[in-house]
Amino acid sequence: MSFLEYAPAPESRAILSLRDRYGLFIDGEFVDGRGTPFQTISPATEEHIATIANANEADVADAVAAARRAYDRTWSKMSGRDRGKYLFRIARLVQERSRELAVAESLDNGKPIKESRDVDVPLVAAWFFYYAGWADKLDHAGLGADPRALGVAAQVIPWNFPLLMLAWKIAPALAAGNTVVLKPAETTPLTALIFAEILQQADLPPGVVNIITGAGDTGAALVAHEGVDKVAFTGSTAVGRAIAKQVAGTDKKVTLELGGKAANIVFDDAPIDQAIEGIVNGIFFNQGHVCCAGSRLLVQENIHDEVVERLKLRLSTLRLGDPLDKNTDIGAINSREQLERIHELSEIGVAEGADRWSAPCDIPENGFWYAPTIFTNVQTSSRIARDEIFGPVLSVLTFRTPAEAIAKANNTPYGLSAGIWTDKGSRILAVADQLRAGVIWANTFNRFDPSSPFGGYKESGYGREGGRHGLAAYLKPASSVGGRAGAQRRLETGGAAASAVGEAASEKPARRARRTPKPTKKGAAK
Amino acid sequence: MPAPISAGTSLVTARERALAVLGGEPDDATLRRYLHGIAGVDAVGLEQRAAALGTRSIKTTSKSWALDRIISLIDLTTLEGADTPGKVRSLVAKAMNPDPADATTPRVAAVCVYGDMVPSAIDALGGAHGDPDDGGIAVAAVATAFPSGRASLDVKLADTAEAVAAGADEIDMVIDRGAFLAGRYGLVFDQIAAVKEACRRPDGTSASLKVILETGELVTYDNVRRASWLSILAGGDFIKTSTGKVQPAATLPVTLLMLEVVRDWHLMTGQRIGVKPAGGIRSSKDAIKYLVTVAETAGEEWLQPHLFRFGASSLLNDVLLQRQKTTSGHYSGADYVTID
Repeated sequence: MSFLEYAPAPESRAILSLRDRYGLFIDGEFVDGRGTPFQTISPATEEHIATIANANEADVADAVAAARRAYDRTWSKMSGRDRGKYLFRIARLVQERSRELAVAESLDNGKPIKESRDVDVPLVAAWFFYYAGWADKLDHAGLGADPRALGVAAQVIPWNFPLLMLAWKIAPALAAGNTVVLKPAETTPLTALIFAEILQQADLPPGVVNIITGAGDTGAALVAHEGVDKVAFTGSTAVGRAIAKQVAGTDKKVTLELGGKAANIVFDDAPIDQAIEGIVNGIFFNQGHVCCAGSRLLVQENIHDEVVERLKLRLSTLRLGDPLDKNTDIGAINSREQLERIHELSEIGVAEGADRWSAPCDIPENGFWYAPTIFTNVQTSSRIARDEIFGPVLSVLTFRTPAEAIAKANNTPYGLSAGIWTDKGSRILAVADQLRAGVIWANTFNRFDPSSPFGGYKESGYGREGGRHGLAAYLKPASSVGGRAGAQRRLETGGAAASAVGEAASEKPARRARRTPKPTKKGAAK
Repeated sequence: MPAPISAGTSLVTARERALAVLGGEPDDATLRRYLHGIAGVDAVGLEQRAAALGTRSIKTTSKSWALDRIISLIDLTTLEGADTPGKVRSLVAKAMNPDPADATTPRVAAVCVYGDMVPSAIDALGGAHGDPDDGGIAVAAVATAFPSGRASLDVKLADTAEAVAAGADEIDMVIDRGAFLAGRYGLVFDQIAAVKEACRRPDGTSASLKVILETGELVTYDNVRRASWLSILAGGDFIKTSTGKVQPAATLPVTLLMLEVVRDWHLMTGQRIGVKPAGGIRSSKDAIKYLVTVAETAGEEWLQPHLFRFGASSLLNDVLLQRQKTTSGHYSGADYVTID
């Protein structure tokens, strides 16, 4: 026998107790949707998983109303410490149910279980733990004392990291004191609905988080709803642009995390074996369904042939197949629609004269699959070097000098991420300084941490998620009233020199001032 | 008397190859230029890759195959000051018949002892002494002032020649880590080449030479990579991680790195060099991670006794327990395998 044909090692689905039908999670309960329900399927087999409710405009209105009630009556009045307790509880429940969540994610999304188990779900827990810690420390978020929540956040997330994107959206929103209406992608609603069960288990007050399922029109109705104070969207640039237009002129705050066409720059002094791993991880992680994927390999011309040869050897060892098998490296493409787009762009690449090479692997009969593919002889003007393919397809380009590498890396309408591979620390700093990308990895790729802000330049969107910056997207500085009161308070307790400046301040007991701030006077004194 | 094992390369061809690869005499300057010109190693990335390989899930038929293969790749080792002929006889008996309750259990590849114990080992092996490829058990002797290597070259060569004369099939030498760390690559190269020469038998064949890098004393992955290339250039048939006397001994990242070197050397010259992680591998679970790493890095053809070995003593019993479990369906216990 061949040892490398590892015997099947499927993760058991027995841990799942899925319902046949899922409703909308509004005001702490699952309720029927008023739109036409839809199916969610496994992209690896095309088998039916569950029937999912579809939220129409009336359902959206109900969800927003529930979120508003919860904000007004409960969540905005709760102390940060108590909000933190709920978030810690959610984080622990995610950990407890991690295997179940990983299996559900791989089943519904098609990603390999080793990724959902080792990357997605642990990061989900990490995100909730991280923001749980922030909930009672918002004074230190960089917006001055007593920053305020925005209110009701409408959040629309994509299908590539369904549960992780949910965590990126919900954790900071709740920590900052907002309530949420979230719409997962129509092809991957499953883990969000299991997450709704976790919220029930955590006893989160009803309405603080509402999860409504549906397609693009549901998302559009949610974003457009006038009861929404904040819109957070992760997805395509086209939809992001439409959202930006829609909310223009309103008071809604917006953060958009959109597409990318990241350059992964490999210099000739790079640690070559690790660079090869980094290139593979950069573009073939999650079948390339990653907005920050390193889809443009910029390799120094003098090592181009060696890198491509090593890359092909390495790709030949990748295992494509059953996402639930623990040894699978490359899972299924999430949908037929996405598969068609990958095929289409790939054909354009060939027509433009690039050389296509695909790893030799058996493609299963059912489901949606695309073998790991690299294009060499790609020019900067090629569409496969410019358009986001969002699949396991790598375009290889060359450069001669660091200046040329930087110029080529920046020559894209996107600017989400980039990678630099070199043994020379000074070059990492010099190049990173000139790359116009929100996230830059040096000698690694696709690493995420809740404390690190993530977001893009240019058409990759605006706003940051993660870290302290991610909190700021869900907060505003204390209102003019509160802000000046806060300033006065600091002045009055800050010593004689400061008090002397403030008119009448020195004569008032500090405690009294705190109870009845005099904002107008204070403003006049300035 | 079984036919002596002949090593993969003669010294002459090793030297010619080194000259061709280096483009000059193997002196300090030339070797430095060459070894420092090899791409560096990113420690974080290397360890990540090793950890990823460690998550492969080897089940059912693959696991059974792996357990048997691990046994047949073991250099069953005793390297104690207290070793006696009796202890060596006991080790050899275990090597020949690892599980008295199950005759289908494969034999180990070799026994590994100090040089003065070689006659005892050969005597105890009797007809079982031979090439592991033919179902025999080889005798490996540590030499060159093992484990420190702190002795004159003459002493090291005499140590080696004596073991070879006594019938050792394989010599596990240590490099001079002091010289390596001082940048005296030429000296390390010359010593390995001289030991290789001392491995030669009167009939023209040679004992196989395993070169121990003692990675726990080289510390950095860049050093390990350079020492691996240096040892291969100087004519080593195997590169081995550790003596087992220094911590850390074998680790998965270090072994992965050495496998990358032998893979690259094979791509460059067509010659296959063996790798032997030694020390610290005690469980079947760990050993299976090494098999996965070998197969996915150098290739599956490396999983044979001439290209991969485990230097271990306690590993064998854990594999036997796992093997009993796969046959019987339940776990037994430490008293169902023999202590040595």
